[in-house]
Amino acid sequence: MEVFLPYLPSLLAAAVLLPLVSFCVILLFAMQLGRRGKGAAAVATIAILASTVLSFFSAAVWFSANPPGAVHHVAETEDAGHEDAHAAEAHATDEHHGIPHEVPPVLVGEGYTLARFAGAEVTINYYIDALTIVMFCLVTFIATCIHFYSTGYMHDELHDVVDHEALLANGDSVERPGRFARFFQALSLFCFSMLGLVISGNFLMTFVFWELVGLCSWFLIGFYVERQSASTAANKAFIVNRVGDFGMLIGLMTLWASLGTFNYGELSADSPGVFQQVRSEKNAYQLQVPDGMVQLSAASRIEELALTASEPLSREQLSKEVAAAIPAWRNGTTEGDTTRYGYTLLIIAGIGIFCGCVGKSAQFPLHVWLPDAMEGPTPVSALVHSATMVAAGVFLVARSYPIFLPEVLLTIAVVGCITLFLGATIAMVATDIKRVLAYSTVSQLGYMMLALGVGGWAAGVMHLVTHACFKSLLFLCSGSVIHAVHTNEMPQMGGLLRKMPWTAYTMLIGCLAIAGIGLPSIFGLSIGLSGYYSKDAILEQIYAFRMMNPAWGNVFFAAAAGGATLTAFYMFRMWYLTFAGEPRSAKKFEHAHESPRVMVVPLVLLAILAVVVAWPIYGWVGLPTLASSVEEARPAGIWQDMPGVYLNVTMPEESKGHAPEVKGPVGLIAFGAAIGGILLASVFYLWKSLDPEDVRRTFNPIYRLLVGKWFFDEIYQAVFVKGTLAIASCIAMFDRRVIDAFLDCLAWLMVRIARLSDTWLDRRGIDGLVNWCSLQTWRLGDRMRGLQTGGLRQYVMLIVVSTVALFVLLSFWTYSLAR
Amino acid sequence: MSFLCEPIGLSHYLAVGAFLFVTGIVCMATKRNALGILMGIELVLNGAILNFVGFASPYFRDENLGLDGHMIALFVIVLAAAEAAVALAIALNFYNNHATIDVDRANELKG
Repeated sequence: MEVFLPYLPSLLAAAVLLPLVSFCVILLFAMQLGRRGKGAAAVATIAILASTVLSFFSAAVWFSANPPGAVHHVAETEDAGHEDAHAAEAHATDEHHGIPHEVPPVLVGEGYTLARFAGAEVTINYYIDALTIVMFCLVTFIATCIHFYSTGYMHDELHDVVDHEALLANGDSVERPGRFARFFQALSLFCFSMLGLVISGNFLMTFVFWELVGLCSWFLIGFYVERQSASTAANKAFIVNRVGDFGMLIGLMTLWASLGTFNYGELSADSPGVFQQVRSEKNAYQLQVPDGMVQLSAASRIEELALTASEPLSREQLSKEVAAAIPAWRNGTTEGDTTRYGYTLLIIAGIGIFCGCVGKSAQFPLHVWLPDAMEGPTPVSALVHSATMVAAGVFLVARSYPIFLPEVLLTIAVVGCITLFLGATIAMVATDIKRVLAYSTVSQLGYMMLALGVGGWAAGVMHLVTHACFKSLLFLCSGSVIHAVHTNEMPQMGGLLRKMPWTAYTMLIGCLAIAGIGLPSIFGLSIGLSGYYSKDAILEQIYAFRMMNPAWGNVFFAAAAGGATLTAFYMFRMWYLTFAGEPRSAKKFEHAHESPRVMVVPLVLLAILAVVVAWPIYGWVGLPTLASSVEEARPAGIWQDMPGVYLNVTMPEESKGHAPEVKGPVGLIAFGAAIGGILLASVFYLWKSLDPEDVRRTFNPIYRLLVGKWFFDEIYQAVFVKGTLAIASCIAMFDRRVIDAFLDCLAWLMVRIARLSDTWLDRRGIDGLVNWCSLQTWRLGDRMRGLQTGGLRQYVMLIVVSTVALFVLLSFWTYSLAR
Repeated sequence: MSFLCEPIGLSHYLAVGAFLFVTGIVCMATKRNALGILMGIELVLNGAILNFVGFASPYFRDENLGLDGHMIALFVIVLAAAEAAVALAIALNFYNNHATIDVDRANELKG
């Protein structure tokens, strides 16, 4: 397999570009692809299926070349003349700290140079590591399942559609032609953008694909564009994301201005990427403020250095002196100046990039768009708004992890913690089945951010992967239910287990997986569904963090463990309300039916995946497990505790979470939390020992707060939307009253002046002169007309007489006057 | 009358030329008939040619061949023939349209 390693970038590039090809084909030839573009589904599905095959083949190639868990001894030699620069994989022992560490194997290379400035380049390049490979397999596999599922789910779009939820002004339903082809076109574009985002090798490319997935999300949320709610939700998602992207732009500008490159990895020895500048090999991969940032923020000190020199310094001398002074500036050890130059800049860069992730991953305070995004078709919710696109924020945090300082990580953790709590609490009371899942997504994304924020890189990424599997499964199941009963409201469902067993049992598996059900390691081997492994890893890491930073850690751990209970509670509440008990709406129950096979098969596939994806047993037969694959990509240098400078916080390195004194209690707590949540839900909704109505009445204010989604939408409406509108109307008033009036005055003056000049200058002056000239010419001509008698003989006589007269005059002149 | 007794020389050419010229002018100035005027033009042209021929005499020239005067005379003859053809055509057309060739009646273009 390793012989294919040189072709790995090409394989993955093909996997990226196939959906783009499908997009172009559907875009141009949708009308030729059968009635209402029926063949579009086949084109898109074949493209993504081929991408899946390529991705899994690439994974096989990659993991045979870089077996996870193995120790990488060999420092790869630079292959001169080869375009791809293999980052050296090295296993070295750090003399200073005595800690063995590994550099993750990475494949970077350059495709095409877009622009070249003095000393800086903007290129299209790739950065392939185990994370990229895992994401490729994940995205393509789920996308394939969802493509198949959509073929069944979007069947209505093959005919003319009467949309009962979109009303015209006169109360009629909107009638429109089906948009089958357009749906698959957008899905293909999304797959292309998402895969491009995963493989991109620099921040700029990431940003471009980042915006592209946002655009696809906008297309797909607003797919039922005739519905007012859908188009509003699409715009809301887009605008809220812009807020986050603004922060991201600031972060990118900070990086570009100070480091002069966007590349993640180093393409060649003389152009180090961002990661190499932040965590250099010389410094044992420890995070330190790069020279460029120190120089940028210490510009005044450099100026001082140049001015106070006894004699004028040449450029080389100055740069030498600056280089000598940089370590002191960086550490704030200069005499009389304890400023740590550049530290703030690195914080700004980190928080800026995280801002983009806050928008995309629907973190507090920008989480408001994701629940509304459920207006899109359900397969879209499964693919874009739970499994892949919203996970892009988590992916970017994981990707740019090397540049995050402890202060930034703590911010990430706090935001993730708030988000997970908010999402879980709102999901408890939501009645719309898709909204329960949407808030659950928000909450789980909060888990991932919290995990990354407390130093659990592999835990966060693992949860990304497992969450993508079971959440897309859950969404597809909910889509199957909605397809059957034509409503989103759970109070109108109930008892569907008898009608649609496949959907019900696959969804049960999804619920168990997200709740994190599994047996803790009593017999030395823990076994459970995928969510069990990732959620346990997160809780363990938070526990490890708590041991070093009790103040923050207690809050985080309480929120995460409580969130686990809430997760189990709301998922099983949803399952019981939908499938268990007696049908609450007889009419809906009558019409309910199991979905067609093309929709059930993806459910089963994803259910199997949701169970087995995180199992560690593959390691026994030498296959890569999820944990080991993810850990292979762990960035260099985060194997050490990282203390903060401005905040008293220490990020624990990840192996601390695997210590037995952590694993034991955390495993039991997580198990108890999940079981407790399920039991609580059963008490309320299965055995009905307690009536939820009573609880609702008792805690009425809290219930109203949760049903109102903590009133975020109302607060934003009042503060930002109303505020913006108020400012806008003030400015509009100023515009009308002052600027318009001034312009009107000027215009009036101009008209007056023009009128005056028209009467006096133009008509009398210029026109008069021209008319006078023509009149005189006409008069002269009229007079001269008399000379032309037309008498031939007269002319002859005139000629003769004139000639004679001239002759006489000439003779007279010659003979008398000239003498 | 020594002029009449002398052998034929330049002055005789000039005298005859002048006579033809004046006759032509008088003819042009007095005739109303277009054909008469054309005849007058021919006379004027011929009077002028005689001057050229006279001055082309070998006595007035050097060693070279000196056929300039004769050449111009031939040109003028050709020119006169062409002019006569055009003029007669005009006269004929005028006659066709107005049934007269009186030049005083040709006053339609008068301003």
